[in-house]
Amino acid sequence: MDEEYDGTGLTECMLSGLLSVEGKKVLHMDREDYYGGASASLNLTQLYKKFRDSPAPESLGRDRDYAVDLIPKFILASGQFTQMLVKTDVTRYLEFKQIAGSYVLRDGKIAKVPSNEREAVTSSLMGFFEKNRARKFFMFLQGWKDGDPSTHQGIDMDKNTMTDIYKKFGLEAGTQDFIGHAMALHLDDSYKTKPARDTYDRIILYTSSMARYGKSPYIYPMYGLGELPQAFARLSAIYGGTYMLTKPIEKIVTDDEGKFVGVTSEGETVKAKMVIGDPSYFGAGSEEGQDGKIRVVEEKKVVRAICILKHPVPGTDDADSCQIIIPQNQVGRKNDIYIAAVSHAHAVCAPNVYVAIVSTIVETSVPEREILPGLQLLGTIVDKFVTIDSLYTPVSSGQQDNIFITRSYDATTHFETVAEDVADGKPLTLEKKELEVQT
Amino acid sequence: MADSEAPAKAVQVKLVLLGEAAVGKSSLVLRFVSNDFNENNSPTIGAAFLTQKCRLEDKVIKFEIWDTAGQERFHSLAPMYYRNAAAAVVVYDITKASSLEKAKAWVNELQRQANPNIVIALVGNKLDLITDGTVASTAAVANTQTETEAEPVIDGDGESAQDGQAASDDETSATQPETTTTSAAVSGESLRQVTREEAEAYAKEAGGLLFFEASAKTGKGVQELFTEIAKNLPIESMMPKTPGAGGAASGTAANRRAAAGQAGNGGPGNKVNLADGAANKARGGCC
Repeated sequence: MDEEYDGTGLTECMLSGLLSVEGKKVLHMDREDYYGGASASLNLTQLYKKFRDSPAPESLGRDRDYAVDLIPKFILASGQFTQMLVKTDVTRYLEFKQIAGSYVLRDGKIAKVPSNEREAVTSSLMGFFEKNRARKFFMFLQGWKDGDPSTHQGIDMDKNTMTDIYKKFGLEAGTQDFIGHAMALHLDDSYKTKPARDTYDRIILYTSSMARYGKSPYIYPMYGLGELPQAFARLSAIYGGTYMLTKPIEKIVTDDEGKFVGVTSEGETVKAKMVIGDPSYFGAGSEEGQDGKIRVVEEKKVVRAICILKHPVPGTDDADSCQIIIPQNQVGRKNDIYIAAVSHAHAVCAPNVYVAIVSTIVETSVPEREILPGLQLLGTIVDKFVTIDSLYTPVSSGQQDNIFITRSYDATTHFETVAEDVADGKPLTLEKKELEVQT
Repeated sequence: MADSEAPAKAVQVKLVLLGEAAVGKSSLVLRFVSNDFNENNSPTIGAAFLTQKCRLEDKVIKFEIWDTAGQERFHSLAPMYYRNAAAAVVVYDITKASSLEKAKAWVNELQRQANPNIVIALVGNKLDLITDGTVASTAAVANTQTETEAEPVIDGDGESAQDGQAASDDETSATQPETTTTSAAVSGESLRQVTREEAEAYAKEAGGLLFFEASAKTGKGVQELFTEIAKNLPIESMMPKTPGAGGAASGTAANRRAAAGQAGNGGPGNKVNLADGAANKARGGCC
């Protein structure tokens, strides 16, 4: 056995898929009886069992109509993650739909992020003069060529900060919130004082994603995000990967030097060259760590509320799906609040049902109160499932002990960081260039 | 007949194989697709899906046959596997009673979670192990039928379970007149652990599953199985809405979903086709 995986989360499944294709022998185990780990989509029965330990109410309809995501994420149409989907050909198992619109809260009201010139002109996001300034700002970014100083207007992307650029174009604070959070998708304001390059790249990614299919920069897999790990698992299986569900992991076996030897499950130990898994298999949440060794540490906590609605999200022109970003400044916070809403159009719930997930990074001791500004935008909530999850990060790269631990799914609204984590998880066995796809 | 074949009429159908490991799922498909058999077939890896066309009156049905890739071995077959499947072939081994129990579990899961219109066929494989006497003649029959012409007309909708049941009853007895019931007394019968009557009764009671006994090794019953499935599909509701618009030919999941009779599930217009690159602004390859 070359590799052994614990947990069928998206990151793990992507890695086992990619490595199986390369001819590595892969064994993949998960303690649950479904695929996806923290990135699974659950049917009604599974959802109510997990959160309520009770049967689902009949009023919500048929079990089979549901695939409710545990984490809210969309896919940037032109991002690195999309390219991985295409390159690995898992797209033949998947079907994607657009997210109908991306919205941002400004001055207490939500407004659509314009997806074309016409929408930009009529948008309520900015006043007339501000629109003019913003247009100049975007023309500057679109026209930027690294090798052509005449497009630089005195700006050095690697030295000047975003604040410098905002000032140069005279953009209002609210517009900065919109650009930095709803387009560059920064989680907080720390980007403003850093070199502008990263933000520039993010805005270009956003606008090129937007341009690809129109309406919004996001796409979403029919039947929910849980299809993604399943697709990569099938890819792996087709190339000889072995999958075992409902396999509790009892012990990670190491040698005297702490190097990985094997994994014990149900009394049997499987030996392998290396192990890859999510933090929950490596002592996450335990004070003493795993067998006395701290392998992962908590970085932050995320609060997420999965909300079942019987109406579209108000103010979105009855869109079948949307993203709403509430920039931190708009509600006096340090971290943005996100809403991701999908519906029957994406085959994730019964007709006339909408599923919206409100999430943010926890800043206080009363996390549920922190997402109130998001919940208030949703109207009547039929049922709500709140989780507070720790985000774990491994303490070492795994190069020393051959124990490679992936990161928890973060608070971002998309999968680009997952794509990065996959790229990180492969240095031992893969040439990195194969994963670094140009965007 | 084959010459006048209009490509636009090919209806793409996702068909999934289910059943316990080593009951002969892949072998049945190999017989159907290549009319071949491999004695020591290793457990399935390496194939995403196979395709085979089947002709039914003026229509061509293109089966896209999904094999499990071995994922059934450790209870790890993902729901994605049977997503949008218009047909499922649930296989058991007539010489192994426990494999029928596993087959029943799969039928249950399909009826609970899969497309409600799915056509399910229950197939008892390895008939050759108990019917040595009739092998040669049936194999010859199978050889002649790569693209089967099926005669009887069935109404297009075929959606209710009762239609399926009626058809299954008539056709199985019609197309397989000389199979097991008569040959059951031949040598090797002692290996049989599941009687035809028991399995057939279950198939009926479970909501009108199509039922066959077959042998991938000899080919017996294999062609009939797929032809019968083709006849029971709700073809009219599965025809691509806009043939030739790029979607029909591309074999995307979108078409499969349309083929599974679920085209109405989801608003029109904003499906996307990732693989077509940036030029694809025409709202994806779909209806």
